[in-house]
Amino acid sequence: MSGAPDALVCRGVTVEYRKRVVLSHVDLAVGAGEWLGLIGPNGAGKSTLLRSIAGLTDHSGTISLSDGRTPAATDLALVPQSPLLPLGMSVAEYVLLGRTAHLGWLARESRADHQIASSVLRRLDLERFARRAVASLSGGEAQRVVVARALAQQSPLLLLDEPTSALDIGHQAGVLELVDDLRQSDGLTVIAAMHDLTTAARFADRLALLHEGELIANGPPQDVLDANLLSQVYSTALSVRTIDDELVVLASPRTNRPTRHTPPERT
Amino acid sequence: MTFTGGSSDSFAEVDAPARSEALVEERELLTGGAYRLSPIAVASAIGMLIVVGLLSATSGAAGLPVTGVLSSLLDHVPLIDLDSSLTIRQESVLFQIRLPRLVLGMLVGASLGMAGASYQGIFRNPLADPYFLGVSAGAGFGAVLAFGFGLDLGWGPFDAVPAAAFVGALLAVTASATIARGPGSSPGTLLLGGVAMAALFSAAQTYALQRLDETRAREVLSWLFGQLSTSGWGAIALLGPYVAVCGAVLLAHRRHLDVLRVGDDEARSLGLDPARSRMIVIVAASLLTAAAVSVSGLIGFVGLVVPHMIRLMVSHSYRVIVPLSALAGGAFLAFVDIGARTLVVPSELPVGVVTAFVGAPFFAFLLWRGKGVEA
Repeated sequence: MSGAPDALVCRGVTVEYRKRVVLSHVDLAVGAGEWLGLIGPNGAGKSTLLRSIAGLTDHSGTISLSDGRTPAATDLALVPQSPLLPLGMSVAEYVLLGRTAHLGWLARESRADHQIASSVLRRLDLERFARRAVASLSGGEAQRVVVARALAQQSPLLLLDEPTSALDIGHQAGVLELVDDLRQSDGLTVIAAMHDLTTAARFADRLALLHEGELIANGPPQDVLDANLLSQVYSTALSVRTIDDELVVLASPRTNRPTRHTPPERT
Repeated sequence: MTFTGGSSDSFAEVDAPARSEALVEERELLTGGAYRLSPIAVASAIGMLIVVGLLSATSGAAGLPVTGVLSSLLDHVPLIDLDSSLTIRQESVLFQIRLPRLVLGMLVGASLGMAGASYQGIFRNPLADPYFLGVSAGAGFGAVLAFGFGLDLGWGPFDAVPAAAFVGALLAVTASATIARGPGSSPGTLLLGGVAMAALFSAAQTYALQRLDETRAREVLSWLFGQLSTSGWGAIALLGPYVAVCGAVLLAHRRHLDVLRVGDDEARSLGLDPARSRMIVIVAASLLTAAAVSVSGLIGFVGLVVPHMIRLMVSHSYRVIVPLSALAGGAFLAFVDIGARTLVVPSELPVGVVTAFVGAPFFAFLLWRGKGVEA
């Protein structure tokens, strides 16, 4: 773990949904400036944990910032998995929504708010999209705009909920590299639920592996991405290789074992 | 080639220091046009109000000349002294009959337009409308109880009829909203819940009317159909304060409606408390609807048609839709009322009937097109 102070600490976070435990006593800390990847199969509790941190799900246990406060919208910004892009709303208007947390109950955006939104648009090369309708953007462009809105929120913690699951491989890398650049230049802390284990290993400093609502491994990618552990958790044979100094998780291992026929997993 | 969405590129080639400062400003704000209520749209809506107003004041059995109406109105402005060309009788038609009815129509139209726009925003459903949510029927039932049976829920500055109408309106909208939050609901559920509430409260109205004696029932019924005929300025004095207060609350919260367009979860993660905004807006919109129903009965479709036209023609932003719905709603209802007064001379059509003739086909078109039932 890095020596940086913890930006966020979860203690005993438990979520029950209709009497079913979806998250069970999760203890987890994220260092300031760190990228924490949440991994695990579908239904493991990644999104639930993110939603709890974002204050969108009732939970027991505590989630607190370094100063002991419960995080608010000025402390953390969320990039949702499938953001709602309202019909007829322009990119400029959408990014300005990121200023909501900084406005008084009945206040309107000030010139400063407009300046912040404009500089974010410029920084993310979205100038020419400013007047375009968000609903008309392609998947990659839209996700960039959602990141822009999160940046306009100026929160030190960025939560990403499988932000690239709808994108092709090129746009996936583009969005994640953008987030990584921003993390380094602005000192953001990133907590991201990630589907693709290879991508997770590439971007995250640390991985937290969730399985059936429990945190079962937490550490640097090379420790957590253990072939045996992953094969158990994902109920399929997986292998982990190192190619060009990067960890790669493969689902079709070249082993002599006969292929195990398991019923297809529900997604 | 890229499109920068402005004229800044052409400016960039001009090497004039005097202009460069303005240029930096211009380039700085990429979001300048965001959520902007254009002065042209406001001016057009006000122009419509004036034209409809003149048209309304001059049409009818006792024909009043435009110049006479204008000079007589100007004559009433302080510090302006004009010889009105209207006779004393014409003056009294103008000031005791035409103008009160015109102003009432504008206020009721503004109320229903703003309430409709606000409901659409708060429920993220562009087909929401006081009529379709059952709010009008609920208010109507409450008002019938107050009107016909002397139910007095009046308290403080609130009169008995609007107070009872407000209670009915809140009951109906709460029920519709609860139905829409049930498991397995879709955007259409809200409207179907509204239909159920409207049916329930209409049945309750009918039941209540049957218990009244015939003369009283006829009176209440003709009010219920939606009518703007009044004697003098009394109804305006009643409705005016509600329009001022609730209108101010709705206008002040229109930014929230735009935030809510991304859904409750995202709105909350952006720092807005959706439940609190929703409660304030629903109470204000329902109170406004109840006050409008109290003075004019049930008038449907204004709250649906007007915000929708603005959405199609001007903007999808509620910061634009809410204020323009007030202006255009006033113009729309005053215009429709000219038809209600003059189409079947010498008798009159209830204005609610005329708005339904206009609004129902429009609503049917929106449903057919199918794009309506999404935020």
